[in-house]
Amino acid sequence: MKTSTLVIRTPEGIVFSQRLAGPVSRFAAWFIDQLLIQIILLFMGLLLSLLGIFTSGIALAFTVIGWFVVGIGYGIFFEWSWRGQTIGKKLFRLRVVDVAGMRLQFNQIVVRNLLRFVDELPFLYFVGGVACWVSPKCQRLGDLAANTVVVRTPKVVEPDLDQLLAGKYNSLRQYPHLVARLRQNASPTEASIALQTLLRRDEFEPLARVEIFNDLAVHFRAKVDFPPEATDGVADEQYLRNVVDVLYRTRVENGVEALKALCDES
Amino acid sequence: MIVDLQRFIANERPFWIELEKLLNHLEAEPDAEMSLQQLQLFHHLYERTASSLAKITTFSSEPETRQYLENVVGRAYSEIHETRDRQRKFYPIEWVFHTLPRTFRKHVGAFYLSVAITIAGCLFGGGAIALDPDSKPILMPFPHLMQDPAKRVAEEERSNGDRLKGMKTTFSAELMTHNIKISILTLALGMTWGFGTILMLFYNGVILGAVAVDYIHAGETKFLLGWLMPHGVIEIPSILIAGQAGLMLAMAIIGRGSRLPLPARLRAISQDVVTLIFGVAMLLVWAGFVEAFLSQYHEPVIPYEAKIAFGCVELILLCLFLSMSGRRKGKPEEGDQ
Repeated sequence: MKTSTLVIRTPEGIVFSQRLAGPVSRFAAWFIDQLLIQIILLFMGLLLSLLGIFTSGIALAFTVIGWFVVGIGYGIFFEWSWRGQTIGKKLFRLRVVDVAGMRLQFNQIVVRNLLRFVDELPFLYFVGGVACWVSPKCQRLGDLAANTVVVRTPKVVEPDLDQLLAGKYNSLRQYPHLVARLRQNASPTEASIALQTLLRRDEFEPLARVEIFNDLAVHFRAKVDFPPEATDGVADEQYLRNVVDVLYRTRVENGVEALKALCDES
Repeated sequence: MIVDLQRFIANERPFWIELEKLLNHLEAEPDAEMSLQQLQLFHHLYERTASSLAKITTFSSEPETRQYLENVVGRAYSEIHETRDRQRKFYPIEWVFHTLPRTFRKHVGAFYLSVAITIAGCLFGGGAIALDPDSKPILMPFPHLMQDPAKRVAEEERSNGDRLKGMKTTFSAELMTHNIKISILTLALGMTWGFGTILMLFYNGVILGAVAVDYIHAGETKFLLGWLMPHGVIEIPSILIAGQAGLMLAMAIIGRGSRLPLPARLRAISQDVVTLIFGVAMLLVWAGFVEAFLSQYHEPVIPYEAKIAFGCVELILLCLFLSMSGRRKGKPEEGDQ
């Protein structure tokens, strides 16, 4: 079955998931890498042409070997040095990982790069593209042989909460114990739906906007029962703003600061 | 259940950092060995961090912390549950004289199969030329092989000057890169359940057999041996070893007689396939030099006997290297019957 996510379940019951990269983003990364290879070869050619002034035979031989080594070695060198990334993959936030979540080994990198010889047949990675399209984990033949997959590592973008929630009094904050309970009860998906609804509020038809905010407000009101003083007279849209505020702002103030400190220390 | 996120992170952070430090150390020094106390600490830190991840996953608004913990736990998981050999430092001498020949012998069955396919190709190509000499343009459509062997030998022996003057290094580099590319393709085509590898080996055999019969038929056996042996005794076995690696890949994909799933079968041979193909590249570099600097020179420049003797010495050394190098006295090897 085709899937867009690589799920790894450890014997301890911990589950990781990583988003698999599709053929288009992989092709784009490959295209960037090919451009870079051409640039490297161009510079190499210029340097060797200087050597050619003295001995043209050796310069030409180095050019032939250089084309071959750079063509094959580029992917192996960068994927090994940068833990599964080339420059193209870095730009598109892609990474080669072991299919079972194990350490990526040198021989896996070599196998997946050498098998490009089949994947690129008959032109422009047709075989690899078809294999990627048919494979459940979007693997080309080289990935299948090496037990690797290419995953996406998207950057988590901070929502612009200041612009969204500026200058409004939040009645829910008067009840920190209930706020804490709301944060425990709301799942990451629910929090994300609430945030996205607020961010896209102007794209809705007026009636649909009233309806969707009503549905979400009812949903979140059912999660934690705040006293009437905190919710009476608060419109559904404002209630949802308050919910997003306590869910996300606490993170911005506490969690991210703590995480930044963590990153600084490590 | 986390009540106070800030306090939770503050309390747990030292454990995450400690685990990350240990991981950095393990990844930077793969040969380092841990004491029992360190192992216990490592396992404790892994479990504690995994538990933090499990808790924070249920938290609605912590994507960054979750990503950080997933990364650390993922790395620790791969260190603890990895069953393959650790990546050791590379020792070139040990690799050439121990790892490579032992790997070759471990999968020698695939090599014999590779030889059998090539011999079948040789018989087909040789038989076709013997029975129907007009099939030459179809079997070996290369300009330098299309010529009448007797005429070519006469031309080669007439040219006294250095035909490859100033071009030998380039010619040698072209031969090396071309042959290595063909070898990699022969290996990679193993992914087509071996059909591609078999075709490559068979076609190589067809050309070899056709050329051999063509020259023997024309009475130029000595020239043929003098021309092919110096580089061919290395080049042909190299292609056969590439075929061996391709057939290993194919056998892992087909999985006949194995109860292991496909990823486990491929994982089991991956290291050996890489060892063989690097060995092939090494042999082909030598073959490229010999072909450019020696094989293209004939009598009267170099006597055929000398070239044939050189080829024989190379072949004996290669056979000794592949069959004997890296053997430990009294210890049977994996793959020994």
